[in-house]
Amino acid sequence: MLRRALRLGLGPGLLGRGLGAHREGSTLDWHGKVSEIKKKIQSVLPGGAWSPLCDTSHLPPEHSDVVIVGGGVLGLSVAYWLKRLEKRQGAIRVLVVERDHTYSQASTVLSVGGIRQQFSLPENIQLSLFSVEFLRNINEYLAVVDDPPLDLQFNPSGYLFLASEEGATIMENNVKVQRQEGAKVCLMSPEQLRKKFPWMNTEGVALASYGLENEGWFDPWCLLQGLRRKVQSMGVLFCHGEVTRFVSSSNHMETAIGEKVTLKRIHEVHVKVDHSQEYQPVECAIVVNAAGAWSGRIAELAGIGKGPSGTLQGTKLPVEPRKRYVYLWHCPQGPGLEAPLVADPSGAYFRREGLGNNYLGGCSPAEVSSVGSGCRGEDRDRVSLSSQASLAGPVLVLMSRSPLALTWGLLPPSTTYQADRLKRPARPGSDVCPGQRKPCPHLCPQEEEPDPGNLEVDHDFFQEKVWPHLAQRVPAFETLKVRRAWAGYYDYNTFDQNGVVGPHPLVVNMYFATGFSGHGLQQAPAVGRAVAEMMLEGHFQTINLSPFLFSRFYLGEKAQEHCII
Amino acid sequence: MAAPGASLRLVAPVWNRGTSGIRGLSRSVDPEGSQRKGRTLLQFLADHFYDVEAVREYLLQKQVLKVLRKNRSSTYIKERYGPYVAGAYFILKQGGAVKFQDKEWMRPNGRGLSGELWKLREVPIEAVDASGCAITYQGLDNLLALKELQSLSLQCCPHVDDWCLSRLYQLANSLRELSLAGCPRISERGLACLHHLQNLRRLDISHLPAVSNPGLTQILVEEMLPNCEVLGADWAQGLKLGPEEQSRDTASSPIPA
Ligand SMILES: Cc1cc2nc3c(=O)[nH]c(=O)nc-3n(C[C@H](O)[C@H](O)[C@H](O)COP(=O)(O)OP(=O)(O)OC[C@H]3O[C@@H](n4cnc5c(N)ncnc54)[C@H](O)[C@@H]3O)c2cc1C
Repeated sequence: MLRRALRLGLGPGLLGRGLGAHREGSTLDWHGKVSEIKKKIQSVLPGGAWSPLCDTSHLPPEHSDVVIVGGGVLGLSVAYWLKRLEKRQGAIRVLVVERDHTYSQASTVLSVGGIRQQFSLPENIQLSLFSVEFLRNINEYLAVVDDPPLDLQFNPSGYLFLASEEGATIMENNVKVQRQEGAKVCLMSPEQLRKKFPWMNTEGVALASYGLENEGWFDPWCLLQGLRRKVQSMGVLFCHGEVTRFVSSSNHMETAIGEKVTLKRIHEVHVKVDHSQEYQPVECAIVVNAAGAWSGRIAELAGIGKGPSGTLQGTKLPVEPRKRYVYLWHCPQGPGLEAPLVADPSGAYFRREGLGNNYLGGCSPAEVSSVGSGCRGEDRDRVSLSSQASLAGPVLVLMSRSPLALTWGLLPPSTTYQADRLKRPARPGSDVCPGQRKPCPHLCPQEEEPDPGNLEVDHDFFQEKVWPHLAQRVPAFETLKVRRAWAGYYDYNTFDQNGVVGPHPLVVNMYFATGFSGHGLQQAPAVGRAVAEMMLEGHFQTINLSPFLFSRFYLGEKAQEHCII
Repeated sequence: MAAPGASLRLVAPVWNRGTSGIRGLSRSVDPEGSQRKGRTLLQFLADHFYDVEAVREYLLQKQVLKVLRKNRSSTYIKERYGPYVAGAYFILKQGGAVKFQDKEWMRPNGRGLSGELWKLREVPIEAVDASGCAITYQGLDNLLALKELQSLSLQCCPHVDDWCLSRLYQLANSLRELSLAGCPRISERGLACLHHLQNLRRLDISHLPAVSNPGLTQILVEEMLPNCEVLGADWAQGLKLGPEEQSRDTASSPIPA
């Protein structure tokens, strides 16, 4: 309040002084009040609204304890939990920087809003279970006095994963894990499928897993707006602008074994305000990278990945935008009200949209790790180990590392395997997708990733890659009419298709909440909490997300998720 | 206990208003947030309004807590007397009625619970009339444990929502009759989950204000449950039963014993 008052009352020239005053604590509020009253009186007087000095209220404050880059669902969730878990009300000043208030390209609003517990990793299942509880009680968590309750429009229709013969065993194992974690999932034979969903052709299906509770889809916009409204009422500041630069200081240190490392700390975030060349430096203690598909760029701005390859310094954040299409079609004879979200072994998926025989769906290329993200760990995960004998040596070296070195992120260089690094996995799809699907037969994923330069929709993609699978699975879809289509970006983690949370080991005050590759929306409530706990307490409390820390990219420890849609 | 209509009106504001904690309140009153030290007129007013808000908030909070408390399951009764007695106890406490197999309907009477209840450990419950009860998602646990339940009425339950409906598949083997009439929070999205209940023979989905398209929804539900008689929009219009006119007895009468 003081800040705005100062800006209005004294003009931008004197802004710098505000910073000192800000820290004085309680007295400042008194001054703040006084200047606010003055301001009010001024504005009531004739001509008072006119100020000879330009208005700077659109600029961000010059100081904030936490700056969150990206006002999507993940950024807002971090803001929410920071405010909720802070020890004393108003203790932490949080600023959310979002460059596009219409969210025209944000994944959050372009997603299909699904939530499920059918994952292969226990952490992912736990995240979704926490989130579903949050969504169920959303009007308690996100209630704002005198605002209407949120209507999340949750469709509890479940996910139905289909597995071919090769995928059946893995599906069974996954379901075992899911049940252990408390998810309500049942296995179904093709017989049972035909009985329950007579519109389905079960050819090529050996087994199916069906989520009975807590799975379905909801309105992402509602969650986003609900979070926004709530965090604003909790005192979180918003700023419309783009983060363009970080100012940081470096600390050169040496490890016990004499290796040099540089620890960095970000002091200032430069926010470029829309339609203008001016930028505003914001002094801050912590930066949260929640820029979704663009978080790789934000990490680069902070100097992450700029270093000799093979070192921790040279390890990039392997998150990049991947374009995914969603098509909405009409099919008069299509599946009825009972239809769940069906995920075909081919990678195609669809679900009902509303009541009028409308459906939406798409198809993702099969997930293939590696290629070009500059991550040292790329090819060294345990799964592909056997197929890549040439890498066996260095992997052993890696595994023998002391855990202590790990926690500090200061690791001895073992560059021996650099030469092998760029080797691709044996064959895209053949060994990396043991999950409940095999790659689209027509897709050679790496080559056919659509160009993420824009969000234009490729309608041939539906004709050639999506429709054939759909029509094969649901004969009624042989005649359908595409009504609408859009594209959005997955915040795709090329390393293991899983989220990145927690601090960076070298840029010590940058925290991540990104990389969730197509399941970030549903996990956002839980992830925000985990990141806030990490910041406030120094460790995870509710859900242990240590497999999702950044250091795994350097260590090559994949937290591979097999159930990716 | 209150008639369904009354309790409906009583509880509806709770979810309309949302149920934020008191903690979050001062923020929303004064989003810019400052600890007021000096004594100014401005502050006096803010304080004043803060109190008003706080009192309101506190009352709402208390109502919510009451509902929560009512919906807690009693593990003691469950362990000692089994799921049937525990379920019956829960429903009777809420003001509903239960019917044990080969017994008469049991209703709460002014004198507290009848002693007979505690002797029915092994007797399954076949029908529950929870019309107008403040059952929530948690409270539903008590009902879902009744594996022989054939008839369930949740008419005008203010807290029964789509999330609750998604749990009813647990009764799929036994449930033959279900009434959801007048539940303010049930929409077509929740009704879609009823396809699990393939033994259902009679379903009442009339008077559901949150269903956007009652006619179409009824047709789709009928298609989804081909062996079930679905009572929907037109049936309800013929009856013109406002929640106010519904007394406990008329509310429960559509469920034959
Ligand atoms: C087609 C599609 C379907 C999906 N389906 C599902 C699903 O069913 N279930 C599910 O859980 N998830 C789904 N997802 C994934 C989910 O949408 C994302 O994982 C999630 O929304 C990520 O949230 P976010 O806040 O990180 O990203 P975003 O919503 O993209 O937010 C990031 C924000 O950061 C801003 N930003 C970027 N750079 C800067 C900068 N330099 N300065 C300031 N601001 C910046 C951007 O403008 C953007 O608004 C889907 C995604 C797509 C594309």
